[in-house]
Amino acid sequence: MIRTPVTPAQGLDRRSFLKLSGFGLALSGTGILWTPARVRAADGVELNQYIVIRPDGRIQIAAPNPDVGQGVNTSLPMIVAEFLDADWSDVDVVLAPVDASRYGFQFAGGSRSVPDRWEELRLLGATAREMLLQTAAREWSVPRDELTTEPSRVVHGPSGRQASYGELSVQAGQQPVPDASAVPFREASDYRLLGTPVLNTSADAIVRGERLFGIDTVVPDMVYANYVKCPRIGGVVKTANVDAVKQLPGVIDAFVIDGDAGTYTFRFPDGVYVASGVAIVAENTWAAIKARRTLDVEWDFSAASSDDSDTINAAAAKAAEGAGQKELHAGGDVDAAFGDAAITRQAFYQTDFISHAQLEPQSCVASATDDGVEVWTSSQTPTAARTTLAELFGLPETAITVHQVRGGGGFGRRLSNEYVREAALIARRVGRPVKLQWTREDDMAFDYYRSASYFALAGAVTGDGRLLGWRNHVISGSRDGEGANYGAGYSNYNFPTDVVENVRITQTLIDSDTPTGPWRAPVSNVYAFAEQSFLHELALASGRDHRDFLLDALGEERWIKDGDRNALNTTRAKAVIRAVTEAAGWGRSLPQGHGLGLSFFFSHAGHVAEVAEVSVDDERRVRVHKVWVTADVGQVINLSGLENQVQGSVIDGLSAMAAQRITVREGRIEQSNFHEYSLLRINKRPAIEVSFLASGYPPTGAGEPALPPLAPAVCNAIYAASGHRIRSLPISREGFTV
Amino acid sequence: MPLTLTINGAEHDLGAADPDMPLLWALRDLLGLVGTKYGCGVAQCGACTVWLDGNPTRACQLPIGGLEGRAITTIEGLAGDALHPVQEAWLEHDVAQCGYCQAGQIMSAAALLARNPAPDEDSIHAAMAGNLCRCGTYTRVVAAIQSAAKKSVAGSFYDATATQGGEA
Repeated sequence: MIRTPVTPAQGLDRRSFLKLSGFGLALSGTGILWTPARVRAADGVELNQYIVIRPDGRIQIAAPNPDVGQGVNTSLPMIVAEFLDADWSDVDVVLAPVDASRYGFQFAGGSRSVPDRWEELRLLGATAREMLLQTAAREWSVPRDELTTEPSRVVHGPSGRQASYGELSVQAGQQPVPDASAVPFREASDYRLLGTPVLNTSADAIVRGERLFGIDTVVPDMVYANYVKCPRIGGVVKTANVDAVKQLPGVIDAFVIDGDAGTYTFRFPDGVYVASGVAIVAENTWAAIKARRTLDVEWDFSAASSDDSDTINAAAAKAAEGAGQKELHAGGDVDAAFGDAAITRQAFYQTDFISHAQLEPQSCVASATDDGVEVWTSSQTPTAARTTLAELFGLPETAITVHQVRGGGGFGRRLSNEYVREAALIARRVGRPVKLQWTREDDMAFDYYRSASYFALAGAVTGDGRLLGWRNHVISGSRDGEGANYGAGYSNYNFPTDVVENVRITQTLIDSDTPTGPWRAPVSNVYAFAEQSFLHELALASGRDHRDFLLDALGEERWIKDGDRNALNTTRAKAVIRAVTEAAGWGRSLPQGHGLGLSFFFSHAGHVAEVAEVSVDDERRVRVHKVWVTADVGQVINLSGLENQVQGSVIDGLSAMAAQRITVREGRIEQSNFHEYSLLRINKRPAIEVSFLASGYPPTGAGEPALPPLAPAVCNAIYAASGHRIRSLPISREGFTV
Repeated sequence: MPLTLTINGAEHDLGAADPDMPLLWALRDLLGLVGTKYGCGVAQCGACTVWLDGNPTRACQLPIGGLEGRAITTIEGLAGDALHPVQEAWLEHDVAQCGYCQAGQIMSAAALLARNPAPDEDSIHAAMAGNLCRCGTYTRVVAAIQSAAKKSVAGSFYDATATQGGEA
């Protein structure tokens, strides 16, 4: 069993080897920064900011981006190890310090860790390997081209002489860094690690229950806090009985923080918003939570949200009657297309708000004075945490230290750092390190929700079943009346705008103050449901097989923008559609009450098609029997991690569409905890079959793209099984239960 | 008020603690046993699953004042000299994504296999339905339990659970 421990971040800065030499070299022509410390430490030689080689042969690889379950503490080090040609059983993975000068902008989001870091890690791994080869050539006085590597070893074929990387490490540390043009790269056909299943490097620590997550962090002299905020989002404290709370057993202090009035909004990277609230500081978490029962706060609601879900939904329905306030896109002649078409259809699709519900509630450990701040956080943006604290405290970034710690789920929730700011302010006031713990109720009440969404769609189809025209009137919640709230609007995924001849996209803004933010596959996670369900409606109206209609609607096979990984490639799109429908036995006959549903979506650089097989009974009980997924995410990094991500996306997508809904009443979130907010349980899991196309493209991310197609695949299958068309999510709204 | 808790076979004096304190927070904050996780505090998510006399229970609902004389087992106490077969199966199947729910999953799974060594899929679902996984690892959770069940025929994990008392 491979045991590759990941060192908790709080120990890392005290290691002797990671000291900056003072400058970095740009590897010529690459723009990639190489910052070798070239310090020969007692326990190893650092060849670059990712690789330390010990004399005993252990190879330490730094993982730069936060891991919140998407597996980057395994996949990113695998890339380094592949091109270094390290034996994976020699590798120890450590969390990189949060240091922009060495690791750039460290974050977990957008399914970007793998594609953004691919070139950098490939080059730095291969360059380190080349240094080891050149070292051996020099030491053994043999030509470089007679040398090769086996995992963790340099080998001289003609003589049979070998040495481990560990044995060569000291000399390698003195080897000049070769020019990038002189560094050979292993071909994909020779990969030893990439594309294979590799155990999560934190797996051992996870199964043993070791100290691993942000919430597990403990530092000396630490105290525990809760922060109580206005349940009507954006309200401020008027009065609070802090003196009574301070008397309670186990309570150390209680005080008001004068925060910002009004609702918060997602910004990336952060601003410095801090909500008004009452901090309760205690000897342990329970004492702080218990003290809340005694706390009595009078709130000033004048700046608070007054949102009401029914009002918002009614405003959206009203807006949908019109054509839209503003035109976002116009191509071809939409009016003529709809005038000429043999078949036209219209439909209104909508979804509620939902919560992130990441299983680890927000927390942060902070130590702060007027001169400096140190935090331990499972933020998805630790680099931004440093910047926001510097701005909040009026200090240079050199006075701020952020330690990244593993997160118990992210899903976009941890792309903001307001809990970090709250913890730091409390710590400065208390004069001791503070662990701020949000309760689940806090987490559910003060989320940046996945926005409610509304799409009034219309399609025009020719007599022979070709998609001729498309209208999408997007109705978006807006807090300022100028732009859509985060995730409430529209993004261009190249379909249909760059594929269908006659397309008009319009938008109307409606009032909504409820904070929204990125939720796994933002916008796609609701728009795909609308688009792919409606395409099924059009296929049915035209009498054509849905798969044929979909393939045809994607137009000719081409890369919409050559070389741009964020541009749709209809060749890859059609390939995954064909593969998944073949795998699912598309077209086979099914018993009464059973149906297959198909969908395709391209987001976050991934082309993914899904088929769901469901059955529906007379009481609208839905059984999702099986889901097939075919994904093209380019070069596979960790086959096991990738499969896990895609299976997880199916479960997550089903969970979100089944019964999750957040409703707002007078600015307050109505759902307080999981008894009022149903996540999918194990007994509702479908069988899941996942396949990946070896398309030869560079690797792209897998955290998000397999989620958007799930809802429409299932809803299309529900139609096939029952004849009922679902146009609003969660399906529980229309009486369907999973 | 004197209070001694027996956790993973060792005794701990918690006489100075609030007897109202749920076992979850006593484990995490007072005893440094952080494997048992806080997910919801209302027994909906199962991340805090421990064994009470061998029976899986949610630690967020157990005030420590009532636990004197009971045998408490946490994830930290599951492995002996070697990992418990359920933990081994979790590694073989690479179950975890973020990993936050997994200690609770493992405790529920190990308790299931102690009382039902060859569970069918419905029995697995029933025993595990109280453990939420937000990342969606359910496919591998079930596969790992089925693997561990196959190995249980050899009887090795009866030894690990027998010391905890309760029904085997």
